[in-house]
Amino acid sequence: MGVKMGFENFNKVLDSLKENYKIYGPKNIESKGRFSDTDVVGYGEIDNFDEIVFDKKSYFSPKEIIHPIRQTLFYFTDGEVKESKVDDKKVIVFLRPCDINGIKRLDSIFLQNGPHEDVYYKRLREKVKFFMIECTEGFDSCYCVSMEANKTDNYSLAIRVNDNDVYLDIQDNEIESYFNENGDEIDFKPDYIKENKIEVNIPDPESLTNEVFENPIWKEYSQRCIGCGRCNTSCITCSCFSMQDVFYDKNKKVGERRRVWAGCHVDGFTDMAGGHTFREKYGDRMRFKTMHKINDFYKRFGFHMCVGCGRCTDVCPQYISFSKCINKLNQIVEGDKNE
Amino acid sequence: MDLNTKAVKKNAYRITKTRGKTALRIRVPGGHLDVRYFDIIKEIADKYGDGSVHITTRQGFEVPNIDFKYMDEINEMIKPILEGLELNIGVDIKDPLKGYPAAGTRNVSACIGNKVCQYANVNTTDLAKKIEKEIFPNDYHVKIAITGCPNDCIKAHMQDFGIIATTEPQYDESRCISCEACVKVCKKKVTGALKFENYSVIRDEEKCIGCGECVLKCPTGAMTRSEEKYYRLVIMGRTGKRNPRLAMPFIKWVDEDSIVKIIKNTYDYVGRYIDRSLPKEHIGYIVDRTGFNVFKEEVLEGVELGPKAQVADYIDFGGYMYNRETYFKGYK
Repeated sequence: MGVKMGFENFNKVLDSLKENYKIYGPKNIESKGRFSDTDVVGYGEIDNFDEIVFDKKSYFSPKEIIHPIRQTLFYFTDGEVKESKVDDKKVIVFLRPCDINGIKRLDSIFLQNGPHEDVYYKRLREKVKFFMIECTEGFDSCYCVSMEANKTDNYSLAIRVNDNDVYLDIQDNEIESYFNENGDEIDFKPDYIKENKIEVNIPDPESLTNEVFENPIWKEYSQRCIGCGRCNTSCITCSCFSMQDVFYDKNKKVGERRRVWAGCHVDGFTDMAGGHTFREKYGDRMRFKTMHKINDFYKRFGFHMCVGCGRCTDVCPQYISFSKCINKLNQIVEGDKNE
Repeated sequence: MDLNTKAVKKNAYRITKTRGKTALRIRVPGGHLDVRYFDIIKEIADKYGDGSVHITTRQGFEVPNIDFKYMDEINEMIKPILEGLELNIGVDIKDPLKGYPAAGTRNVSACIGNKVCQYANVNTTDLAKKIEKEIFPNDYHVKIAITGCPNDCIKAHMQDFGIIATTEPQYDESRCISCEACVKVCKKKVTGALKFENYSVIRDEEKCIGCGECVLKCPTGAMTRSEEKYYRLVIMGRTGKRNPRLAMPFIKWVDEDSIVKIIKNTYDYVGRYIDRSLPKEHIGYIVDRTGFNVFKEEVLEGVELGPKAQVADYIDFGGYMYNRETYFKGYK
């Protein structure tokens, strides 16, 4: 159903939704940017439609809502275990098509990767409804079109924000019931971005052989990357995590087990007993990440992991562009073919 | 030639080694200015000087080789500089056609600050201007500089008042991925104020100097800056021919308004104790004479420090004495 309504009315609808939903959106978090006197756009609960930042890409992705940075799985006491609880309230997230497609990747990893579903992911994921922010322009570093992640119809509501009103496409009966005849019915379906400023050519997954491992391209990244992990933490699809047993007492009988985000660029990732590290060089970590994002995930699920949101490029303090990396890799592979 | 050298110097012109020639000094509070003022400086240098300009150690400009007789003309020419860099920020200059009304209190210099630098915890130029407004014009010889972080690029430790901007790290445990980037950087580059316990970060408040390195390194925004700006105020550093020494910490975690009040109080304190038999006396030597405790008591008069502020009980200034170098001999 297409609806047109003023901001004030839309806020009233959000107010009534708030009774049953926690509403998250990209918002400006004042003076919490990395540098002094700077803000950062991140995901947080919003009270009001006006709080949502539409004209900037969020620095952090919405993945932390369903895959929390630190998540307690259960508490243990001397042989007994008690599972952690989650908030009863349902969740609405305002997000762009690329991020909805990103969450589809998280779903693949947590719910369709092997015989068991991840219950801790699932119990949060089930609560979430998407309010898709129409995105037709994108931003400088985006390449969602190349990654085929610019479109989706997986939303409860899609929103176009005009100067004085919003156009909505409501696909969810339960959500629709909150509108109570508010607004005017119109014909509206969201548009999608058709072309980004950046085009990425992904190498044919079959052509990426082990020989690429030895290519000097990775040496350059060994020199440039500093292993800070910002690409991992800002990525909508990075889903690796580690486990921590935290003890509350000295006897190590009472405590909690939690999982915590891990990142392949960060020291300590997949370290083995005895201290063995698989990818000591930063370039090797870059290769590992690249292969996961545009190669081996595809082989398992039939679509690429990377959605082209470009956040890793935006946040890299060393100005490493991931889209550039993919294109360089493609040139290498294509070059080999021509020889 | 008949010249009142004291009046000339007070007007920010120098008595130079070349008889009959002077040099004009231009203040640039906070070390940042619009380039349109370059046109004026260039014109003065071309027309009255030798076409050159010296960039001073305190971030001003000195235009050399000017005949004294042009002082009045030049003073009229620099009116827009006085207006733009002094009057507009609230400095009280009675007649901006007569040039600078004082030169004793030196230009308040500042590092580039958070206008550009990632490390800086504040806009240092803004604070410099705020201080300039309160203390200029003044004849007492006081040197003040502001630096955006404890890297201290402006050399705040060589000033009478060195103002080092800091932040109090705020740790949100729920955003921490236990990467230890903050712990590692603090240990490697700073004081090792952070440690890792039970997968979380514990900050030693005594050791933390508020530089903000941990904030810069954190990949998730678990470490962020405090809303409040804090400063480390170091005092009475100096060069000179008797006892060069680094400025020492007077107050840690002090706020901006308190610093401004302390500096203003210092001018009254100087007025009470300065040795008027000398042409000028640097404030550090006055503090040496009265003792730190008298200085401390008088400059903190009416200052309401915040709850986090820590004031030095005693300062061992150290440095070295030029007249006690007894261990030198020839070397073969």
